[in-house]
Amino acid sequence: MKAMNYRGPFRVRVSEKPIPGIQHPEDAIVKVTHSCICGSDLHLYHGLVPDTRVGSTFGHEFVGIVEEIGPEVTELRVGDRVLVPFNIACGKCAFCKQELYGNCHESNPSATAVGGIFGYSHTAGGFDGGQAEYVRVPYANFGPTVIPEGMHVEDALLLTDVVPTGYQAAEMGGIQEGDTVVVFGAGPVGIMAARCAWLFGAARVIIIDHLEYRLDFARKYARCEAYNFRSLEDVVLFLKKTTDWLGADVCIDAVGGDAAGDTMQTITGRKLMLQAGSATALHWAINSVKKGGIISVVGVYGPTDNLVPIGNVVNKGLTIRANQASVKRLLPRLIDHVMAGRLNPREIITHRFPLSEVADAYRIFSAKLDNCIKPVLLPSAD
Amino acid sequence: MQEENNSYKLIPGWGVDANPDDRPNYPMKKWTGDDHKRINWQRPALQQSSVEVLHSNERPSKSAVYGTTVPPTGLSGQIRRYAFRHSEDKYAHWLPLLLADRVNMVEGVIEDISSGHFPNYFKERGFTADWKYNRGAVIQKVVGAACVLLVWYAMSKTKKKKRFI
Ligand SMILES: NC(=O)c1ccc[n+]([C@@H]2O[C@H](COP(=O)([O-])OP(=O)(O)OC[C@H]3O[C@@H](n4cnc5c(N)ncnc54)[C@H](O)[C@@H]3O)[C@@H](O)[C@H]2O)c1
Ligand SMILES: [Zn+2]
Ligand SMILES: [Zn+2]
Repeated sequence: MKAMNYRGPFRVRVSEKPIPGIQHPEDAIVKVTHSCICGSDLHLYHGLVPDTRVGSTFGHEFVGIVEEIGPEVTELRVGDRVLVPFNIACGKCAFCKQELYGNCHESNPSATAVGGIFGYSHTAGGFDGGQAEYVRVPYANFGPTVIPEGMHVEDALLLTDVVPTGYQAAEMGGIQEGDTVVVFGAGPVGIMAARCAWLFGAARVIIIDHLEYRLDFARKYARCEAYNFRSLEDVVLFLKKTTDWLGADVCIDAVGGDAAGDTMQTITGRKLMLQAGSATALHWAINSVKKGGIISVVGVYGPTDNLVPIGNVVNKGLTIRANQASVKRLLPRLIDHVMAGRLNPREIITHRFPLSEVADAYRIFSAKLDNCIKPVLLPSAD
Repeated sequence: MQEENNSYKLIPGWGVDANPDDRPNYPMKKWTGDDHKRINWQRPALQQSSVEVLHSNERPSKSAVYGTTVPPTGLSGQIRRYAFRHSEDKYAHWLPLLLADRVNMVEGVIEDISSGHFPNYFKERGFTADWKYNRGAVIQKVVGAACVLLVWYAMSKTKKKKRFI
């Protein structure tokens, strides 16, 4: 089969790989029809995540058709069209019992601080991902969800990660009716977080980025205010001023370790890798939220350390909430929102590529070329 | 620029999930008392495989399922094995892994060439896309690199001349 193949930072291609087989009685093999590239893949692509091995296949946002099932799979049938949550979760361990499906203890041997994720380095379990014609899906009784009748396949595709992550970002913000919410990052996740903030009753939603085309898109799609931090002399000061000098009730970090905007952070975090990525957005979030406010972090950082003003967290009495999205927990409610037309995820898809053009697709998404918001790979289009 | 009116309430879905009683208010701990039994679950069937899998020393054994793609090999594999002797708390775990990734990249090129496949750097780096959508920056980079080369060449020439004077 054809599969995306990582060769080192900024280098990917398509190669032949053997079709995966059943390795565990609860495995399924899924023939992938659509597979996204995510902002999280960019951390791998930029070489920031330790134990990203040459020859790996990325991809954790995919939908497809069940091709084969293991002897203990009872919840799926061959031929089912499924959306597959990006987290690999057993559904039984202590953490899954608490609905922490992004923190399963039975899906990643290599690190205890993160659950298994498809195509996300050996630090997240060493699974090959869905940017390929076929993919092995463990715990098929638990994770994969049959795409509901009448749902557009591209909406289903975004329910594997972007929608639950954006929604959970807003949820973790503990938004109360009337709150002012600031979202850092106008990528797919930030835009979705801003859109979902309204569902929780926000009265004002502000998004911050430095790419004009994304800010334009966010204004229309998420119906929020949008500002370019490059044209603000001091983004924290601006946010203070515009919130009666108090700060926002909730700040969301939807950027993570690839953040721009602060030279020191960029050099130490992204160039020299002395930190686990640059923490500019988290830094800004902590400093522009109100005293007693809530910080919600979905932006991804590496496993070592980051420079953030923790003293201000103490002195301002902040609450920090963070996690990998618990996709399976949120799916019932989000399927409802999509079917009722309250959320239109597929409108954020701007690019569709055959798998053979994977290198160009990564480049376009990484360098933010051609007004790209969300790219999709089509493994069967070649 | 504060909203003067309440027009935001017309946004589809506004407030549908606002009721605090109707949301888990994640990540509040879902306390059942059950988790104080610590290992309170029956493990799934354990995946059987002969592929070498490095597991964190912060757990007694592998998780029930795991990936078997690209097992550790060569020099990078040696470095990875060393890294896994240290816990996730230590730089001695993560820094060698990053080093191994860079070594692995060179191994990848050697492997490519020795199997008769010369990697197409331009294609792998998405140069076609850059040329199409980012031509100005590409030209700038090429011209910049050419200038640096020219200056370097000129300097090395003048140095040589001086030696003969
Ligand atoms: N927790 C989870 O479950 C989860 C799931 C998916 C993605 N993520 C993470 O969410 C983040 C965003 O993902 P994405 O797909 O939207 O990525 P993306 O790269 O498309 O978007 C990131 C955006 O942040 C902007 N940005 C950079 N520096 C900034 C700064 N200092 N302030 C404000 N904006 C800044 C960039 O211009 C870009 O538009 C990534 O870190 C990704 O890994 C987390
Ligand atoms: Zn993702
Ligand atoms: Zn589990």
